Amino acid sequence: MNILVLVKQVPDTETKIKITSDKKSIEKSDIKWVINPYDEFAIEQALKTKETLKTGTVTVVSVGPDRTVDALRTAIAMGADNACHVKADQELDTYLVSKALVEVIKKENAQLVFSGKQGIDDDQAATFGYVAELLGWPSASMVIKCDVSTDKIAVHREVEGGTRFAIEMPLPAVVAVDKGINTPRYASLPGIMKAKKKEIKTYSLADLGLGSEAPKTSVSDFALPPERQAGKKLSGDAATQVKELVKLLREEAKVI
Amino acid sequence: MSTFLIAEHKDGQLKRVSLELLGECIRQGTTPTCILMGSGNLEGAAQELGKYGASQVVLLENAQLASFSNEAMANALHAYLSKQSPSGILMGASWLGKELLPRLAAKFQVGIASDCTEFKLGTPVTVRRPVFAGKCSKQVAFTGAPAVFSVRPNVLPVGEAKGSSPKIEKVAAEVGSPKAKLTEVLASGQKKVDLTEADIIISGGRSLKSGDNFKILFDCASVVGGAVGASRAAVDAGYAPHDMQVGQTGKTVSPKLYVACGISGAIQHLAGMRTSKVIVAINKDPEAPIFQKADYGLVGDLFEMVPLLTEELKKLKAHS
Repeated sequence: MNILVLVKQVPDTETKIKITSDKKSIEKSDIKWVINPYDEFAIEQALKTKETLKTGTVTVVSVGPDRTVDALRTAIAMGADNACHVKADQELDTYLVSKALVEVIKKENAQLVFSGKQGIDDDQAATFGYVAELLGWPSASMVIKCDVSTDKIAVHREVEGGTRFAIEMPLPAVVAVDKGINTPRYASLPGIMKAKKKEIKTYSLADLGLGSEAPKTSVSDFALPPERQAGKKLSGDAATQVKELVKLLREEAKVI
Repeated sequence: MSTFLIAEHKDGQLKRVSLELLGECIRQGTTPTCILMGSGNLEGAAQELGKYGASQVVLLENAQLASFSNEAMANALHAYLSKQSPSGILMGASWLGKELLPRLAAKFQVGIASDCTEFKLGTPVTVRRPVFAGKCSKQVAFTGAPAVFSVRPNVLPVGEAKGSSPKIEKVAAEVGSPKAKLTEVLASGQKKVDLTEADIIISGGRSLKSGDNFKILFDCASVVGGAVGASRAAVDAGYAPHDMQVGQTGKTVSPKLYVACGISGAIQHLAGMRTSKVIVAINKDPEAPIFQKADYGLVGDLFEMVPLLTEELKKLKAHS
């Protein structure tokens, strides 16, 4: 089975975000780039699936500028067999990224696609669903349990309020995983050596037949939220502070 | 300009976010056509939408829409909406909205914006959406129609209840042939309030020291009908499941009141709760960074203070 993992390279969660002077982007010079944390779970789940089925290949694919190759090499070091890089220096919207990924999924003849439930940079949580619909495949998101056989896949999907859905899908299918589904493995030393030498397939948007496609959304006016100011620190013993708090929440803040 | 609001309900009970979006559209001078999907129990929700100003409600009905199917729902919406030349399609950014709209946008081959906190109907439709879990936000403008976007719950106020009975149109939904099958709904032991929709959240960090100790937070939250959250440190330590995590690799929440108990205030956690209306911090360490963001800071032992808070809130509820 050809398993594909959609991977995004994102700023590390420790990153303090700064905005460029034209407000059209974030400042990217000082950023440590990592694999999107949710995508690490997706890579692990793909590797596990291959191990369970005892056959198949795991291919990771990512859209982005040259630095994106580092994320792909990290995924190979974790155990992925192959990697595809769709080179795009400008930022693409969900529409264009999904179109590009669909072309790669077709080229690689994938039967199962994993991704994280969302990128922690843009927080859109939209690409996997967009891709699934363009392909006409079933999909499930927020997946915390996943059993694959040769022709179908059974998942548990987290729903709000402590409920889970058990969903069964025929393959091919797209599965977006949530934290908690597994514990991603570390890159092994032989893996790191292999990753250094591995040839990565590179495509431009034009190679994928998308050279004349325009994005469907444009972004502008990045803004930092207003800084919250430190408020009142209460004093006295525990009971005094708590009584004071409840009074303030009721009379000053009016939230209870 | 034709705007369509996909109104969400659970077993016929309208979700508040639908009224929030309806209210905002009306404030902008556009009364959207509301759509309810399901099978047979939608009249009450339709009347509720009318009460809050909807003049037209479309009921997309099919037995397959009685339970969750992202394919059937997207098929039904697209089959209906593609005949209406919509300029905007919006829905609450619940788990369902976030799951459904990307599929719908793909069917129209248009742009998508998830989890917006502001929107402006017009040509073009523009939205503002937080990114990096709220560390910053950006404006998104749609080229072409329809603009498909979901809007975060608890951000916009519900409008005035001064409407009357809406015109209700029943449409037999075309659900296509969905491939995924919902085989079972598994409910966990306790019924929890949805974190992203909760008005009050009591959250705990690693200082809780065990999963069992989260009980004191649940006790406190239950007095006020709130939800319980957790920091990543507490989740990673195994004290709480991941669906309770607030922060950059968890949920972003905007309750009226957020009480952070034993949470130091890492940048990733602050990102997920900074838009709360009022933040209270309870922490032993007077230097904890959370105090820099808190409206009210209590320095002390949470194991002493949280039960006291529970008692005070009980007294308050008894008197009101």
